[in-house]
Amino acid sequence: MFNDLPLLSLLVWLPILGGVAVLIAGRNGGDDRARWLALAVSLLAFIISIPLYTGFDASSAAMQFVEKTSWIDALNVNYHLGVDGLAVPLILLTTFITVLVVISAWEVIQDRVSQYFAAFLIMEGLMNGVFAALDGMLFYVFWEAMLIPMFLIIGIWGGPRRVYATIKFFLYTFLGSVFMLVAFIYMYMQMGGSFSILDMHDLPLGMTEQILIFLAFFAAFAVKIPMVPVHTWLPDAHVEAPTGGSVILAAIMLKLGGYGFVRFALPITPDAAAALDTMVVTLSLIAVVYIGFVALVQQDMKKLIAYSSIAHMGFVTLGLFLPFMIYSNSGDMQGAVLGVTGGMVQMISHGFISGALFLCVGVMYDRVHSREISAYGGVVNTMPKFAAFMVLFAMANAGLPGTSGFVGEFMVILASFKASFWIAFLAAMTLILGAAYTLWLVKRVIFGEVANDNVAQLEDINRREFLMLAVLAGAVILFGVWPAPLVEVMDASVEQLVQHVMQSKL
Amino acid sequence: METTFTAPALMPALPEIFLLTMACVILIADLFFSEEQRVYTYILSLLTLAGLAGITFWQLGQPDVTTFSDMYVADGMAHVLKLFSYAAVAAAFVYSRDYLKARDIYKGEFYVLGLFSLMGMMIIISGHHFLTLYLGLELMSLCLYGMVAMRRDDGIASEAAMKYFVLSSIASGMLLYGISILYGVSGGALGITEFSQWLATAELSTGLGLGLVFIVVAVAFKFGAVPFHMWLPDVYDGAPTAVTLFLGTAPKFAAFAMVMRLLADALGAAVDWWQPMLAALAVLSMGIGAVVAIAQVSLKRMLAYSTIMNVGFILMGVLAGTEQGYQAAMFYTIVYVIMAAAGFGMILLLARNGFEGDKIDDFAGLARRNPWFAAVMMFVMFGMAGVPPFAGFYAKFEAIRAALDVGLLWLALSAVVFSVIAAFYYLRLVKVMYFDEPAAESQVLDAPMDARAVMTVNGLAILLLGIFPGGLMAICLRAIGG
Repeated sequence: MFNDLPLLSLLVWLPILGGVAVLIAGRNGGDDRARWLALAVSLLAFIISIPLYTGFDASSAAMQFVEKTSWIDALNVNYHLGVDGLAVPLILLTTFITVLVVISAWEVIQDRVSQYFAAFLIMEGLMNGVFAALDGMLFYVFWEAMLIPMFLIIGIWGGPRRVYATIKFFLYTFLGSVFMLVAFIYMYMQMGGSFSILDMHDLPLGMTEQILIFLAFFAAFAVKIPMVPVHTWLPDAHVEAPTGGSVILAAIMLKLGGYGFVRFALPITPDAAAALDTMVVTLSLIAVVYIGFVALVQQDMKKLIAYSSIAHMGFVTLGLFLPFMIYSNSGDMQGAVLGVTGGMVQMISHGFISGALFLCVGVMYDRVHSREISAYGGVVNTMPKFAAFMVLFAMANAGLPGTSGFVGEFMVILASFKASFWIAFLAAMTLILGAAYTLWLVKRVIFGEVANDNVAQLEDINRREFLMLAVLAGAVILFGVWPAPLVEVMDASVEQLVQHVMQSKL
Repeated sequence: METTFTAPALMPALPEIFLLTMACVILIADLFFSEEQRVYTYILSLLTLAGLAGITFWQLGQPDVTTFSDMYVADGMAHVLKLFSYAAVAAAFVYSRDYLKARDIYKGEFYVLGLFSLMGMMIIISGHHFLTLYLGLELMSLCLYGMVAMRRDDGIASEAAMKYFVLSSIASGMLLYGISILYGVSGGALGITEFSQWLATAELSTGLGLGLVFIVVAVAFKFGAVPFHMWLPDVYDGAPTAVTLFLGTAPKFAAFAMVMRLLADALGAAVDWWQPMLAALAVLSMGIGAVVAIAQVSLKRMLAYSTIMNVGFILMGVLAGTEQGYQAAMFYTIVYVIMAAAGFGMILLLARNGFEGDKIDDFAGLARRNPWFAAVMMFVMFGMAGVPPFAGFYAKFEAIRAALDVGLLWLALSAVVFSVIAAFYYLRLVKVMYFDEPAAESQVLDAPMDARAVMTVNGLAILLLGIFPGGLMAICLRAIGG
């Protein structure tokens, strides 16, 4: 019944137009109208995204729900949407997290309410567009356009250093992306005037071209993920952004970088990726180990989680680039698939966990108006329900078995053993470091004696906050004990990707 | 020898003839209008532009013709550029009405000079002979000098007018000198067709190169490309904002047409010679425009440097010397003028009696004072920065593609890097409008109905051309390709 509808177009345009409608509804003091409309639109988008999963044929690696019409004739650019197993989970994650973001802002945002909700809805549509685009130009338009609402969100509703943070965020990502644009134009000319991403996958390219194109993609995606050493915008952006902005940044925007690697960099330039995999693996390990230590010394909760995000995203890039080593060591295709799957699972899981942690910080910030760890202590005494959630998410962040955080990390570590013992050793450091910085955070914030009057006066979470945290807790545990639905949906696509990537283009 | 005189076909030049008639009518009619009746001058001017648009629209489907002994051409490019010039002039008239009133320069001369200047532009756009181009240029510039000097008691404006006059005259001299050298080396060719035919078979000689250099310098000056840009920020800043708006929009079409007629049409065969010259101009313009704009506190100056930067992109399209490149440059010019009209127009709407509104800080908190205006200005800024989904993105995309097409990777890469640098100052204005609080004494901002309507159309054009750029691209391609 749903297959007749242009689901992907709905997922892109419903939130965008809904966002415009929210703007209109919020005029003349219609803040409540704007809130309810935003909630309705985001829920509707989530409901629409469910048939994307149920109607998806997981046994096929082909693009599904394809829509294609001509868009810019003069350039042979098509409005071409479609999803495979790599994109479906990310789109679901986007629609799911956006609902929570809308709920999380309900009473918290009192200034320019309709604009706040509209920005998030428009961004949801644009992010869905990035995941669904099969035309390079369409992809680029969504990719860049997404920066605008985020720029405004951080700049308008952010913390004291919001202007610095948001301009840094914008310029960093913009600089990365423009090189990708040049690469797109080059391939456009090589292909005789087409931006089709699937055709780019089969475009024969020489080694020098591949290296240059790979570096262009790397500039765009490494900034977005972010990888060391271009990660410095992230702690600033995360800290200054309002809660919803941090959640979207951590849960989805960072995933766009990982998605970019699997959709563009790996399949289009497999030989360059193979040649430069040592560099990427090294940078990933630096992220895992060094940034783990950096997280340990943070005084600011949001900053700590931001650094923890960088470390966890290091696992994603590690998983995505290990297959080359595994395959050249042993020709073990299954091991290679395991690495990529691990990276993908880690992305989804990190989306839930980091989103949840930022929401938790938001809950505390709304009450005490401080993000300093030292401003808290003994929160469990006054907010027991909240403390339970926070501890759960912290455990998941540390990769405790039974939570979704464990699955992805375990897969990647398992795969890295097939590449090299030392890579596995360094990657496994995260089990210690992750546990160290998250548990220490929990110890200082949640447990212990009630630290001060602010904490003593805390009220436990209300039903709205309970709802959003409970839903996330459910997701974290569900995928922790039963990751099969997630793995199965992407299995065929990952396998096909790995096979494609292992075939030299030279 | 018996000479016979055959009357040239006049119909192709109907827009110019109509405009000349109407401008004279308005000039005389305005004498009889009192201050309160001046609105009739305004309405008559707009009606003239509407009539012009009708005529040109009617000509649009007709085959290309030349007339006046091949000195004048009415081709696809001319029609399209003229149509957009009319729109730009109309927008300038609409935006500036309240501003002129408040500054006591709400005179008939503003409209008459504007219309005569438009005629100069149209003659350049349709010029098919070196001397026609020169005459058109002089007519246009002469009116612009007058407009810049409109507030004759204002020291800064007079200085700007003087500077513009002197430097612009030098550039005109350069052009004339270049033309005379080309006339000499070609053995007497002055028509575009004539000259290009001669060049097709001629050897590239030193004399030709010398003439070419002078022509490129003159064109670069008129465009405001670095290192011939020094006049531009001062004139933009010193002129009354209404004139800045006029100066910053429609004449760009004329400048583009001049480049096309001179370099692409007449000197097309010497592309290997002018390509590196334009490449140097382009990269310098982008660099200086991007970097120096950061230091500006006056929005008019900032937009002036942004113009310089954008000129670099236009030249980048032209220098490719391919049909796609010319199309990219034309598309860029049109999109740029649409954005510039909204940008300068916004300053005009912001201005009040005794308050120019041309400092960046004057835009503080505009998002609270008038959300829609702030949104339009944001479209302009992101559009100029080249962020999709705004039209400026495709303009930059096309120009970069043109450079890559002829293998100028270094130029394309410097273009993208400079556009990231430039993004900073565009973002700064968005920051001022959205993140800063309005000054204490400022109130909700409103504008007359006609200006509001034009601003809305203008803003939506930036967005819609960004979402559906295909139509305009196709128009440009057809206009260039014939």
